[in-house]
Amino acid sequence: MKETLAQKIISEHCGRHVEPGELAVVPIDWAMTQDGTGPLAVQQVERLGFDRVFDPQRVILFIDHSAPSPRKELSDAHRQLRAFAAKTGARLSDVGEGVCHQRLVEEFIRPGDILIGADSHTCTAGALCAFATGMGSTDVAVGMALGKTWMRVPETIGIDVSGSFPPGTFAKDLILRIIGEIGADGATYAALEFGGPAIRSMPMSDRFTLANMAVEAGAKTGLIASDEVCREYLEQQGRVGDYREIHPDEGARYLQTLSVDLAEMRPLVATPHRVDSVSPVEAVAGTRVDQVFIGTCTNGRIDDLRIASRILRGHRVAVHTRLIVVPASRSVFLQAMEEGIMSDLVEAGAVVLAPGCGPCVGIHEGILGEGEVCLSTQNRNFLGRMGNPKGFIYLSSPATAAYSALKGEIADPREVFP
Amino acid sequence: MITGRVWKFGDDISTDLIAPGRLFHLRTNLPELAKHVLEDADPEFPKKVKPGDIIVAGKNFGLGSSREHAPLIIKMAGVGAVLAQSFARIFYRNAINIGLPLLDLDTDPIPEGAILEIDLIKGSVKDREGGINLRATPVPPFMIRILEEGGLVPHIQKHGDFQLK
Repeated sequence: MKETLAQKIISEHCGRHVEPGELAVVPIDWAMTQDGTGPLAVQQVERLGFDRVFDPQRVILFIDHSAPSPRKELSDAHRQLRAFAAKTGARLSDVGEGVCHQRLVEEFIRPGDILIGADSHTCTAGALCAFATGMGSTDVAVGMALGKTWMRVPETIGIDVSGSFPPGTFAKDLILRIIGEIGADGATYAALEFGGPAIRSMPMSDRFTLANMAVEAGAKTGLIASDEVCREYLEQQGRVGDYREIHPDEGARYLQTLSVDLAEMRPLVATPHRVDSVSPVEAVAGTRVDQVFIGTCTNGRIDDLRIASRILRGHRVAVHTRLIVVPASRSVFLQAMEEGIMSDLVEAGAVVLAPGCGPCVGIHEGILGEGEVCLSTQNRNFLGRMGNPKGFIYLSSPATAAYSALKGEIADPREVFP
Repeated sequence: MITGRVWKFGDDISTDLIAPGRLFHLRTNLPELAKHVLEDADPEFPKKVKPGDIIVAGKNFGLGSSREHAPLIIKMAGVGAVLAQSFARIFYRNAINIGLPLLDLDTDPIPEGAILEIDLIKGSVKDREGGINLRATPVPPFMIRILEEGGLVPHIQKHGDFQLK
């Protein structure tokens, strides 16, 4: 039976071969919530009549979306989550530890796992070849209580990537291109599976960026076969024993395959207010920028901060542009400090905030004023996303974002990557 | 049979529009959050929506964040059902889980203000005046069961497990 990655992982959990379209009840390896979705999930667990979770080691509550809390209502929600963790023994990742998806891939998720998370970007862990998918609070509550969920086995859309990135273009540009082509609902109910020689040689940080945005094309998850690059990443994280080689079968059936040659890549931008309204950076270059945000589960890792620091070192951001930098986790923050990246960025005028989601969700730490433009490395730019329906959000790579912060307007990073 | 007056929306109504992040702190006060439902898409909607009204939208309704608060406050505002050209995956699942009926069908022919009669099990959508007679993609039987039982929590409480068959 020839299987895609999605089929392999689900089949293994079901103990039988599964075909796309089948409904299956599957045991899960991990269930997680963040502080926006957690309180409702906790409430639902209690409504179900459970005062314990299926496996405390496999249930993780993250406080990252409003961390530290900007309002008493949110502080009380955080207290509720801490109390639930204390009562059940579930793991807690508290203020300042980092964004849930970053922490999950650093410390917990293994190739072959099934992870359900009450956050749409749970798909990020698909880069570790885990079937990682976003759900709502109630689904995750049932998962936390029973240790299982139901799913329809997805079809898979293959993304076959070859070639190498021309200077100034990066993984974020690639995923923006893919979403621009597929459309925001082009992959609804399907899994994306990224493969090909360019993926094989891509570092994990880039793979996380790709998988993170699978949901922006409507996909259930974004999977990448595990390989030597994955194994080395897990070794760096001190958990090489979690590595397992999983690859799709030759001849497995894909709904469709999209081929991308990186040689054609150019820096891209998602323009307000849709992720799939993607333009080459030249089309919007010169747009004045009030705020630049570098961070998030999409592009808040050490590789991203290194690029930003390389561009900004020894310079100052434009006078009218606020640069907000949020490392995706405490360990990214520490590493950035060690490498001198933090001094580079702060000396250039960056405002560095606690590891977490930062201004991405529109709760705190950089809400936009009326008519303001923000260029961000996050994954979503819907109307009102950053706290003001009268703001405008563009999405880009960290290189485009950093260079634009310097110029005070959207700018083409190829000017500084000859 | 679900009967109600139509509020028409366009394509790509995101969960950021339905339940905005700037009101994140109201997630633990759903009745208060419900007073703002969809206000960034139509400021009149939350003020004027009546119990039993029906939302009719274009494609990809509910795209974006997994926030279950989105279908919850739609339901809390009294909306009887959401009809759309297509739904985002997580929103669809969340709506069923909290007991908000959904149907996907070609919504272009349905005008603002129409009074619809909806048979969820048959998937039929009719205009009381007789001008509209549409067929929706059937909701899978186990999801109808979850809806009839009031959502996923009552379903699990009743059966002790998922009843997919």
